[in-house]
Amino acid sequence: MNLEIILHSGIATGSVLLFAAIGEIFTERSGILNLGVEGMMLLGAMAGFGTSLATNSPWLGVVVAIMAGGILSLAHGLVSIHFQADQVVSGLSLTFLGTGLALVLGEGLTGQTPPLLLDYNIPLLELIPFVGPALFQDHGLLVYAGYLITPLSWLYIHKTRPGLHLRAVGEKPAAADTLGVSVYGLRYLYTFVGGCLAGLAGAMISLSISPGWYSSQTTSGQGWIAIALVIFAQWNPFRAALGGYLFGMLRRLILDLQGPRMLFGIVNPLYVNSNYSFFLIMTPYVLTIIALIFGSRAIARKRAGSPSALGIPYIRGERG
Amino acid sequence: MSIKLRIEQRVEDVPKWLPIATSVGSVVVAFILGGIIFKIVGGKPLQALSFFYQAVFGSWAVFSDTMVKATPLILIGIACALAFKMRLWNIGAEGQFYAGAFGASMVVLVPLIPEDSPKVIVIGMMLLMGMLFGGIWGFIPGYLRAKYKVNEIITTLMLNYIIINWNNFWIFDQWSDRGFQMTATFDRVAWLPRLADYAKEIPAFSGVTLHLGVVFGLVAAVIVWWIFRFSRWGYEIKLIGDNPTAARYAGINISRNIILVMAFSGALAGLAGMAEISGVVHRLQESISPGYGFTGIIVAWLAKLNPFAIIPVSVLFAGLIVAGRELQPAGLSFLLQGIILFMLISSDVLLRYKIRLVRTGEESA
Repeated sequence: MNLEIILHSGIATGSVLLFAAIGEIFTERSGILNLGVEGMMLLGAMAGFGTSLATNSPWLGVVVAIMAGGILSLAHGLVSIHFQADQVVSGLSLTFLGTGLALVLGEGLTGQTPPLLLDYNIPLLELIPFVGPALFQDHGLLVYAGYLITPLSWLYIHKTRPGLHLRAVGEKPAAADTLGVSVYGLRYLYTFVGGCLAGLAGAMISLSISPGWYSSQTTSGQGWIAIALVIFAQWNPFRAALGGYLFGMLRRLILDLQGPRMLFGIVNPLYVNSNYSFFLIMTPYVLTIIALIFGSRAIARKRAGSPSALGIPYIRGERG
Repeated sequence: MSIKLRIEQRVEDVPKWLPIATSVGSVVVAFILGGIIFKIVGGKPLQALSFFYQAVFGSWAVFSDTMVKATPLILIGIACALAFKMRLWNIGAEGQFYAGAFGASMVVLVPLIPEDSPKVIVIGMMLLMGMLFGGIWGFIPGYLRAKYKVNEIITTLMLNYIIINWNNFWIFDQWSDRGFQMTATFDRVAWLPRLADYAKEIPAFSGVTLHLGVVFGLVAAVIVWWIFRFSRWGYEIKLIGDNPTAARYAGINISRNIILVMAFSGALAGLAGMAEISGVVHRLQESISPGYGFTGIIVAWLAKLNPFAIIPVSVLFAGLIVAGRELQPAGLSFLLQGIILFMLISSDVLLRYKIRLVRTGEESA
């Protein structure tokens, strides 16, 4: 076990959660709850992988994955914005739909080897001791993009005029409507943005982080962890990044714990009996629940965080 | 003068036939859309449809197989309907199913009771343990939701992953049968009675795998229907679901109801798990569910949360599962389920709005 390796790999795997969670933050900030992240991610993973296989261009794969996630999310947008349906059920059906589409269209992709996204070093920054090799060496460009998207999306949400409109339609849609802000338009836009980022996160998995197409195992519940992360992060991109990276490191740590024969001076039970690793596989899910408990308590205490109009359809002319 | 679509809010009551029509319509449209996608990826939709019919209703033997698959769906559908009625999103029925299977297995594999106990005791004990473990797996998210306002959608889902790995540990390690990834087959005393067991008396039952679990499903439907229709508890559940503020003012203890409903919902899903391993698999092994827990969500929704309507809807979806085993590509039944649910919630807009064709000239007049 090497701290630098854990940090390096945690940053990479955590970026997937980071993109999906920030996408969901945008969507939820506009008042739309989209629980279909897992389905959009899986479809993105399949679309990116398949496109790269067909065209030999992983970057085209990323673009197609972004579009696939975005277009799928519009189905949720239509049903929850125009049809004013229950967003929980709509999000669940989006998960089914995305998973089903990905499995049907991804038939036969297992075991294929398309060109993958390459890793790069950042000059100068990579020379910083410890931090450099962990954060600025041998990462995909999308991981570096993750460093930028976190502060940029925070600034966008909190410091710009469009960000103000975004928060307004999520908090007080009727007031925003009175001021001439298009509630429906913005909700469609940010549902789409969330879908695009989820699709991107999926392509990151299948083309870079753990390359390959393993049907529904490709995402293995990460979309749901991303949604939990949004609550834990209280709709704040910085906290989402922190949580995502911590989760990524945890996943790496779990892998590493199985290797050594001796651990902290005692015989490693995981080395003796590999079946104990089932308990390790559980840990991210257990920790998600624990993180949620703390996140929810903090939200309840501060009585803030969750956008007031989250999950509530906006109907012109109705009070509320 | 041109003709325009106009959407108006419904003021009068929804006609009785409309909700049924939207359910049926959703399924039909989903099959057509699914067929088109199937065609695009190179399948033969019409052939698949006749295959579907043959595989599901073709003969008594395959219909019995369909009913065996419908059994867990009925129980899980009812479990989901109970929670959804209160707008509690229990999407962890899959995990509660696995938890119930684990609890029931403990009776045989630990063993919790003397090995020469009579069948009634063994089955009764398995039933209790199945419901208890499923109930615990529903209680946890219920408690967290009631006490800490933790979103039950995510906790129930995370608990799915946790229990599946927990079961795997026991299957691969402690209870492994000679290193295989399954436990030893249970003694016949722990098997739910099947119609085939009576083939000697009634020859027509020979080979019919339908087991007692389906009766559990029917009884659960009656009980939950009675709860919704006649009991004070059912009234509280509906009131909390429709209008939590009014329920609070009426002095209803919402936290207590959240915990109770989640635990009861989990117990029903756990019962499904018990029935599956005692009636069908006869041992604990990996992947005992082809996603019953998730299909049950759609079943409940399509049946408009009506316990009796859940029964025929479960049979339809059991058919999808039976046929889906043979149909390639494998994700097709998932896709169909997704489209059905989407169509269904989209069509709900028809229950709230009327769509009329109007002449624009008329409008200005």
